[in-house]
Formats: sequence, C-alpha cells, structure tokens
Amino acid sequence: MFTYYCNLALRSFRRNKILTALMVLAIALGIGASMTTLTVFHILAGDPIPQKSDRLFYPRIEPRTKQGFQPGEEPEEQMTRFDAEALLREHRGDRQAMMSGGALSVESGDGKIDPFVVNARYTSADFFPMFDAPFAFGSGWTGADDENRAQVAVISKELNEKLFGGGNSVGKTLRAGDNSLRIVGVLGKWRPTPKFYDLTNDRFSAVEQVFVPFSTSRTLKLGVQGNMDCWGDQTDADGSVGLNAPCAWVQYWVELDDPSKASAYKQYLENYSNQQRAAGRFERPTNVRLDNVMQWLDFKQAVPSDVRLQLWLAFGFLLVCLLNTVGLLLAKFMRREPEIGVRRALGASRRAVFAQYLVEASAIGIVGGVAGLGLALLGLWAVRQQPDDYAELAHLDMPMLFATFALALVSSVLAGLLPAWRAMQVAPAIQLKSQ
Amino acid sequence: MDIRPILSTLRRHKTASALIVLEIALSCAIICNAVFLISQRLEKIHRPTGVADTELVRIRVAGIGKTDDATALAKEDIASLRAIPGVKAATSLNQIPFDHTSWNSSVSLQPKQDVPNLDASTYLGENLVDALGLRIVEGRDFTADEYVDWESFNKPDSKLTLPAIILTREVAQKLFPNQSAVGKLVYSWNSNDVPHRVVGVVDRLIRPNDNGGPAEAGYSVLLPLRDLTQGTFVLRTDPARRAEVQKAAVAALEKNSNRRIVLDQDPFTDVVAKWYQSDRNMAWLLLAVIVALLVVTALGIVGLASFWVQQRTKQIGVRRALGATRGQILRYFQTENFLLATLGIVIGMIGAYGINQLLMGAYELPRLPALYLPVGALVLWLLGQASVLGPARRAAAVPPAVATRTV
Repeated sequence: MFTYYCNLALRSFRRNKILTALMVLAIALGIGASMTTLTVFHILAGDPIPQKSDRLFYPRIEPRTKQGFQPGEEPEEQMTRFDAEALLREHRGDRQAMMSGGALSVESGDGKIDPFVVNARYTSADFFPMFDAPFAFGSGWTGADDENRAQVAVISKELNEKLFGGGNSVGKTLRAGDNSLRIVGVLGKWRPTPKFYDLTNDRFSAVEQVFVPFSTSRTLKLGVQGNMDCWGDQTDADGSVGLNAPCAWVQYWVELDDPSKASAYKQYLENYSNQQRAAGRFERPTNVRLDNVMQWLDFKQAVPSDVRLQLWLAFGFLLVCLLNTVGLLLAKFMRREPEIGVRRALGASRRAVFAQYLVEASAIGIVGGVAGLGLALLGLWAVRQQPDDYAELAHLDMPMLFATFALALVSSVLAGLLPAWRAMQVAPAIQLKSQ
Repeated sequence: MDIRPILSTLRRHKTASALIVLEIALSCAIICNAVFLISQRLEKIHRPTGVADTELVRIRVAGIGKTDDATALAKEDIASLRAIPGVKAATSLNQIPFDHTSWNSSVSLQPKQDVPNLDASTYLGENLVDALGLRIVEGRDFTADEYVDWESFNKPDSKLTLPAIILTREVAQKLFPNQSAVGKLVYSWNSNDVPHRVVGVVDRLIRPNDNGGPAEAGYSVLLPLRDLTQGTFVLRTDPARRAEVQKAAVAALEKNSNRRIVLDQDPFTDVVAKWYQSDRNMAWLLLAVIVALLVVTALGIVGLASFWVQQRTKQIGVRRALGATRGQILRYFQTENFLLATLGIVIGMIGAYGINQLLMGAYELPRLPALYLPVGALVLWLLGQASVLGPARRAAAVPPAVATRTV
C-alpha cells in the first residue's frame, strides 16, 4: 500500500510541478536557515568540558573598598593576585589553578622566521590535569616548578609545528622575548568552545600558544592582557600587577571531585573573606559566589546575543514557511475533493485516505529537508567566511545532521497532518452528487 | 461593495483563511521588528567618532623583550614620525577607538565620593586634540607645562599629579548641566584626592568600545601625559597620502629599534569598518530574512487565491452570466484579500509589540516607534493586493458561458 501511495504522490507532484516546487523551496529555506543558526548556536552554547563541568568551579570573592559600594551587587569577577596566591597556597580544593592572559614575542632558534607575537597563559601546575588538556609530547610542569619559578613552558600544537616542524620538542628551548624557556610539554589538538577558563579575553579564539608558570611570568615581568579592575591608590612597586596592588585581574578555578563539596568550599571562601575584612584588607560585606562551568558561562552570557537573535529569527522564518506549506497543501488536497469522494465511495477507509495524503505531505517534507540540508551547508560555509573567532568551527557534525532530518521530517509531517485530516473528512455522498 | 457574501464564503474556508491570516500576522510581526533592528544597527554604524576618520593612520608595535630606556625610545619614535613628509601630527597614546583596548576611569565631583558621577574612557597622550583631529568647543587645549612624563608619573613613589583635564561635551553636560565646565574641578586619575581642573571641552570623542551602552558612547576624557610607552601610535595626514605615510611610518619605527614587531598598521577607516563588520553583517542578514518572508508570504497568497479561483470557477461563471462585470469579480477577490490582510495586520501589530517587549528586555532596545505600524500595514496590504492580482484577473477572465456547462 505504501508504495502505491508513494506512486500516487509522485503523480500528484507531476501534475502540479510549480506548486510542489514552491512548497519544497519554502520548507528548504526554513530548514536551511534554522539548521545554520542552530548549528552555530550548538557550537557556541555547548558544554566545553562535559566530562567534568559540574566539578569545576569559578569562585568569586569581594575584595573592593567601601567606596562605590551598592548593596546587592555581584562580587568582583576576577581575583586580586594576593587572594589568588593565598587560596592556591591553602590548597583546599582537590585541584586549583590561578591564571591570567598575556602576550609574548617568540623567535625561532635559527632566525628563519621573523619574530612574532603569540597569546600566552600564565597559570599554575594543576591547570593541565584540571582541564583535561591533551598532550602530544611531554606533560605539564609540576608544583615544584611553580615554587621555583622555573623557566619552563608548554606550547601548543600549532606553535610546535611552526617552530619545530611538529616533532617532539620537549627539552628544547623556546626563545620568548629576552628569555629562554625550556619546553616541558606540547599540547595535542585542544579547542574548548567557549574558552571558558577566561571569559575576559576572546571567548571563541583558539587556546593560547604558550603556557608559562604564573610565578615565573611575574619574575620575568611578562606582559599581561585582559580585563583589569583597580580601585584605591597604587602602592606596589610592580604597579597594577604587583602582589599587593588593589587590582582584580586573575582568574581562579578550583576542582572539587564531588559537587557536594561545593557548600563546604563556599563556607571556606566566606571564612577567608571574613578574615581579610578583619585584617582590614576587605571593606565590603562578605559576598561570595561559587559557580560551576555552565553556571559561570550562563552568568557571563557567553553566547553572543546576535547568535541568539539569529536563532529566533530563523525559527520564526521556519514557522512562516510551514504555515505557508500547510496552506498550500490544504489548497492542493481540497482541489482533489471529487477524487477523494470517489475513492471513499468505492470503499476506501478514512484511515487509508489519511495515510495516502500524509505520505504525500511527508514526501514533500523529506525532499525539502534534503534541499534544506544543502542550504544549511551553504549557510555554514557563509558563516565560515565571517571574521568572527568562532567562524572556523561552523561545521555540521553527526548529531546536527540527524537533527536536520528529524526537524525536516517532523515539521513536514506536522504541516501535512492538518491537510490530510481535512482530506479524510470529505463526505463521499456530497462529492458524488455534485459531479 | 457588499462584503457580506465575501465573509460568508470565508466562513466556509475557515482553516485556509486562518492560515493566511496567521502567516500575514507572523510576517508582519517579524518584519516590523527586523526593520527596527536594521535601523538600530545603521544608527550605530553611522554615529560619529569625533576624530578625523579619513585622515588617521594607527600603528601598534610590540617590543621583543625589555627596552632599557622606553621613554627615550618613545621620544625618538614620536620625533621620527613627526618628521615624515605629509604628517600633520603624530603622537603615542594609550588607545584609539575600536582597537580592542579600553582604559576607563570613574569621574567624581567630590573627593572620596561614594558613588562616582560617571565612568569615562581615559585617553592619554600628548597633543591628542591635534593628532586625532578633535574639535574644541570651549576652553583650550593643554599647554606644554601641563604635560607630565608617563614613566615618571607611573613610578611607585611618584608624587606627580595631572593638573588639567579635557572633557567631551557629553561628559561636561552630564557633570555640569546648564553651565560651563571650564575652570571646574573633577576627581578622576590623580591619587590622594587631588583634583584635575577642566581646561577645555571637545565636541565629541567616542569610547574605544561599547562599554556602558549607546547612552554612554560619548563618555571620554583626555589627560595630559607625554611619551607613552604603550606601543600605539597615531598619525594625521591628508586622506590622499595615508598609504605612503603609513609605509614611511612603519619603516621609521622599525629603524628606531630592531627589537620590535609591528602588530597592526591600518588607516583608521579600516579599523572602524572592521569594528562594525558584525553589525553590517547582521543588517544584511535581517534584510535577507525580510525579503524571504515577503516572498514566501506572497507565494502563499498567490497559491491559495489561485485555488479559490479554480474552486469557484462555476460560481464566477454564474455571477458573470447574471450580469456581474469583470471589474466586480476582480474587486471581489481584492476585497477578500484586503479583509484577510487587515485581520492579519491587526494581529501582527500586537505580535510586533510583543516581540519588541521581549527584545527590549533581552537586548536593551528602545521601544518600537509607532511609525513602523502604519508603514508595515501599508507594505503588507500592497503585498497582498499585488499577490492576489494575478489569480483575480484569471477569475475575471472566466467567461459567463462556464455557467451553462456541466450543471
């Protein structure tokens, strides 16, 4: 029966080529637009570290002076160097890391490549195991390296390819500015999206190319970059990046191997905050937050608002396209009322009529979906031509491919339901009489 | 023309009529807001920066490792940039609009004020008014003795303070409404609550990024610092000579030190264009969606109207046989479409306001101006009439003889 219905559908398409083509086009445009935006959204709004995003926490405490205080405010988004170093020393989480963005000029040993500037991350030893950073060669540095301010570095796969031709460069020397850093590890392919561990710099760019111990970065006075919020008077000899500078510019992460430890850790942060106020360093009331990865991304609204807007726009467009298809299908089916009447009079059940027309509607949907997939690929290609950081990531993956077909099928079947239902309702007697 | 027969016909096609109405309503709601969003983006793209856009070149360099005497090098750099033929002014500064760096500071009218009056972007450098092409509307530019050396100012034990400040007109009006700002004292960058005296007001200078939203886009101040060592330079020249000046400037900077990397070198208009690229893309995208929606809606109307004409061929033939003119048949279908479109537009307008409410919450957009509603209505009415014209003419062409067949 099914093949017969398919055959009938095909005949019907042949009879009304233009109308059918228009319906297919409308569905294809709607699906194409929605899939393009949904894919981009899916890439940007995903969980960058799904295996442990509920065990990684971003603590915030309030270090500012009383001046400018407004009750109910969120605490400072980053930490002062003093607090981050204190928390790191006290070591109350299962793992913890402090970090900041930076920039380094890098030279190749043989002088064949002109010096160039790369983004760097100054962090502490736990960074790599905490964020499951994959290593192609070697490994991260140790806590002892942090304490000894060792001149070591982990470099990215890209930098390793550029400077060392992609070979095992562990033990070799990286020339960064006036300094020589011993390479202890080379990262593998790693692209957390968004780059959740630091949302103050570019959120969707590739990971940094050089990683250096934070302590070493301060000894070598390497340049930092990212947001910095300062208050009160500068007194530190090292300026705003000094240990005692009243400036928040350090990101701090803690890993708790069980999410239930979060409340105890929060209590610890409150105690720390209270102590600092008692000591006269903090002036505002204790204001502590402890967000896991997804909560923090949500708070920082990591997904660009334009991407959200595009998503809604595309779904609105899809809805109009579907309404259009429902209307046209309805018109098409109603035109065949006499035919339906004859079939019914000859003994076709309502169910059979319904099935036949649903098959026809679904066929339109599937063709529209396939065409929509093509348009989505075109749309994603267009997205990749944009200058945005995330552009290169805009590819359709397997789950999204299946989602496309599901969306095409579901929406077209939904669009077909009403017209098929109406077709089924045709009373045979009236149609026969009016012939 | 009597609309009652039209209404009664439509009542027998409730589903199809409802679909058309819904489609028009949804298109109307989306299009009104999309046009509004485009207008907002265009407004943003076209807001003036306050600087001489077409005359500027900006260059950013990074040093390799530490420089022994950064200030001496900065002085040398600025001197050699100024010596380039065709350069009207050149300086080293901390930031230039839309260049991914933003320095901001609070500004207060009282010392130790709990909540500052406003937050402004702070432009630091020598001769900025001239180098950026700003227009002084009140007071004067900084004098030579007001400038303070950047490196000395930043020494940890430095007791230096900045005596003067220049405000933009927007800052001046916010701080001192209905009075002259010149000569007044404000508290911002100096430590130990030493005030700056306002010496001048410039017409406009945009913030480097969208901090504070559109309302605070003009909140900037200028401070008199000399020989900045931040690696950002700006040159002002004839628009026609920008390319040659840029090339000569890069060469001069590279000559002054071989331990540096030129990070960026662009005419300022390119910097501006890049900054607004995503807004421009979004505007084009919205335009594409609007056109697609109009086309899809029009096709829906054409399709359904054709179906109705075909279905009513016999009925039309009878009317024609009974003496109805072609014009009356034509008007019948046009009136029918007008009624459907009107209902759709009314629902669409309510929807447009609903969507606008959501956008106002999520994107800090202003309220949809009422003007959009009549214009949107007119567009959709015209669209409906144009789409129905073809099928309606086909209906009008039905010969009266049809009525005599197959009855």
